[in-house]
Amino acid sequence: MRINVKVNGKDYERDVEPRTLLAYFLREDVGLTGTHVGCDSSSCGVCTIVMDGDRAVKSCTMFAVQADGHEITTIEGLAQGGKLHPLQQGFWDQHGLQCGYCTPGMIMTAYALLKRNPSPNEPQIRDAISGNLCRCTGYQNIVKAIAQASKELAAPSAAREAVKA
Amino acid sequence: MSITTDGHHEKHALGIPMKRKEDPRFIEGRGRYVDDITLPNMLHMALVHSPYPHARIKNIDSSAALKVPGVLAVITGKDLEGAKLAWIPTFHGMDKQMVLAVGKVLYQYQEVAAVVATSREAAHDGAELVNVDYEPLDPVADPFTAKADKIILRDDRDNKTNHIYHWEVGDRAKTDAALAASEVKIKERMWFPRSHPAPLEPCGIVADMNKATGRLTLYITSQAPHAHRTVVSLVTGIPEDKIRLVSPDIGGGFGNKVPVYPGYVVAAAASVILGVPVKWIETRTENLTTTGFARDYHMDVEIGAGKDGKVKALKVSTIADHGAFDAAADPTKYPAGMFGICTGSYDFPTAFTDLDAYFTNKAPGGIAYRCSFRVTEASYAIERGMDLLANKLNMDPAELRKKNFIKKEQFPYKSPLGFVYDSGDYHATFEKALKKIGYDELRREQAEKRKRGELMGIGISTFTEVVGAGPSKYFDIMGIKMFDSAEVRIHPTGSGIIRTGTKAQGQGHETTWAQIVAEELGLDPQNFLVEEGDTDTAPYGLGTYASRSTPVAGAAVTLAARKIRDKARKIAAHLLEAAEADVEWKDYKFQVKGAPAKSVTMAQVAFAAYTNPAPGTEAGLEATYYYDPPNMTFPYGAYIAVVDIDKDTGGVKVRRFLAIDDCGTIINPMIVEGQVHGGLTEGFAIAFMQEIGYDKSGNALHTNFTEYLVPTALETPHWETDSTVTPSPHHPLGAKGVGESPNVGSPAAFVNAVMDALEPLGIRHIDMPLTREKVWRAIRDAEANTAKV
Repeated sequence: MRINVKVNGKDYERDVEPRTLLAYFLREDVGLTGTHVGCDSSSCGVCTIVMDGDRAVKSCTMFAVQADGHEITTIEGLAQGGKLHPLQQGFWDQHGLQCGYCTPGMIMTAYALLKRNPSPNEPQIRDAISGNLCRCTGYQNIVKAIAQASKELAAPSAAREAVKA
Repeated sequence: MSITTDGHHEKHALGIPMKRKEDPRFIEGRGRYVDDITLPNMLHMALVHSPYPHARIKNIDSSAALKVPGVLAVITGKDLEGAKLAWIPTFHGMDKQMVLAVGKVLYQYQEVAAVVATSREAAHDGAELVNVDYEPLDPVADPFTAKADKIILRDDRDNKTNHIYHWEVGDRAKTDAALAASEVKIKERMWFPRSHPAPLEPCGIVADMNKATGRLTLYITSQAPHAHRTVVSLVTGIPEDKIRLVSPDIGGGFGNKVPVYPGYVVAAAASVILGVPVKWIETRTENLTTTGFARDYHMDVEIGAGKDGKVKALKVSTIADHGAFDAAADPTKYPAGMFGICTGSYDFPTAFTDLDAYFTNKAPGGIAYRCSFRVTEASYAIERGMDLLANKLNMDPAELRKKNFIKKEQFPYKSPLGFVYDSGDYHATFEKALKKIGYDELRREQAEKRKRGELMGIGISTFTEVVGAGPSKYFDIMGIKMFDSAEVRIHPTGSGIIRTGTKAQGQGHETTWAQIVAEELGLDPQNFLVEEGDTDTAPYGLGTYASRSTPVAGAAVTLAARKIRDKARKIAAHLLEAAEADVEWKDYKFQVKGAPAKSVTMAQVAFAAYTNPAPGTEAGLEATYYYDPPNMTFPYGAYIAVVDIDKDTGGVKVRRFLAIDDCGTIINPMIVEGQVHGGLTEGFAIAFMQEIGYDKSGNALHTNFTEYLVPTALETPHWETDSTVTPSPHHPLGAKGVGESPNVGSPAAFVNAVMDALEPLGIRHIDMPLTREKVWRAIRDAEANTAKV
């Protein structure tokens, strides 16, 4: 089937098998391997992308054909003009990642959260990322990373120091 | 051209929370994991699995699979027999394991056939259509049934028994006598259930045989690339120089990526035969049902003590469930790993431990899941045992521990089971923990709550680990000594490259190795590239698992840098026009003794090494070091958990958890804290959620992430961490390793806390995982018993 999907601002017109999952479409047809695959049951969230600006979607739960006509943002689309997105900066500053495998999905989930709720508290952050598993960090620094990004987006300044303290 | 001082670094690089150098690629989605690799003409492979735990294979019919468009080949065990690849040796060489089943299947989900196709989808479609005719056999689903030898699982072995081996250490007669003479005794059967590391990236391989060059390149999820290259060479007969293993970014390992799995072997064999690349990426179900599990020890723990609480003797007898093959990843001379650490942090005059391992119809493994070879089981046994003893003595478990700790002045301490502990100050670390958590206040609060019938518990674990395998005299895997190595090269302009035989899977070596070299040489850590995992370029090493990277490879990095400093001193003397003996390394540069104004930096020396080498010295500035540790290192910790239990639901809320770790010298406190957070979360998972279970017929019960429960951000507690620093006397930096301590030490703290809460109900012990249902049932049963009385 022929589909047209906008990924990170660029149009991709491709022929796909109807059963192709969006995750594999992004990884193999578009060539964006930052979106990972980690389970067979839509449990782990490493494949999370953002659809139409503010919806976090596990891209293994959708067929590529269902994304026809939609806009997708992946981890590769976050940094702009060589500058990291505040979430990426937050994960780096707060040691919010170790092996890096869950990181893209985790950041995209957080991206959708901050679009909908720019100033989440800790329980809200933990609730939002509860569909994304991480085996390395114990989540604590991920929560800090998202809090830093939230502050940075609200008042781009001394957010980093504020979260550390 | 003048000498530049670029790269000179006059600050401490060790002990600072430097942000990780590896992170930029991960946060931008530019990491490269095995499944991200696509090669021209690459084929895909999928595996066919047995639905039966124990069955004879009568026939395999591939005809329908071969009709699927894109399917090129179906490979069975019989095909592999021709290539002598149907069986491969297990890691410690005491057994062999099937690659694809021949004759019989021995566990549910065992690999029976492989389908190679032009796409992943076609390969999986084909695998669905391979028709295998089985004759089901009675299964052996637990080691106690196995012990009876009524059904013999392994008809390929000469010994017609399910018993694999007996192992023991210590003085049995003395221990039995001391137990018999003890005034107070406890004895408890504890099962540390089967668990699984479940890294979020499943295992996988892209095998690429280039028939023109004769070289086989394997991109593989490997925690031990060099060891795996040697195994591939030994098993296949392909010369080792014709094999290149590349372990790219690894999405978590935790021991799961140490063994060699059938999927790797078949994909490599298929590539060798077909001459094109073949990719195999595991599904989550395959990961949980077929790859290296951990634990599964049934332990009888006995402690004898005086009325005053002084311990007299420890005995632990274990029945181990090894599954279908003895594929436990332990050093050759240690079939039960480091289980002998079971005397823990306590000064036992005598001890004895023995273990019998059995085959069952379950997946093989017995890997060190975030643990230095069975240390987790041992720590759990002793830390639970100490709490049971405190309970029997009616003594505070903190008091009992303080009474029995090995004292600071007893180090180096020889344990009754043969380890020589390097260093520790158990009392100081524990006191810090008690103070920090407000132990006395918590006990007062608990007493109040008990009066009201509320269930609150405080659990302690003051464990000692043994890591950093290991001294070549004792430690080898398949004969290869367990040293590790580092190569450090300094470029003319003062930057450089560090390569080691280890392979990080999230531990942050790209940062910590750079910090070590920067500290030793006065160069900027940002200017060092760290490269691991490519056997063509990295020096030979045994890999990253069992908390061995910092104790072994970290020492190698340090000593390679010091070799460079020794050579640099000669060049510095030449530049300073001074005698070498008059040149000292001070404040991160070379100075003439007594004339500190006359100095050169390492960056200046590096430039001179290539542009103006000292007469009689070789040009260049690089060194390689193979480090053979003189002893293991013994990190330890004091952990305290506080829980509240809802009587009506059995739900356990971990209110607080404090972990004080002592891992010796700290290279990067941010990374250490991150490791502790992660390890505690896995310990929490093991204590409360994770289990690889089987029913009585040997059917796997936890085959995906909806059944095998990994904690999310919602249930994971908030972790409080701190440290004390007792350097290792024999490690060149004093470092001991930390990645596994929190996973080793925390399960007992959680379980002790829950049992402490349930103590007023007369509940002694519940095996993990302490699910809501299990706790609820225990409370209901206890209440029913009370009502009867």
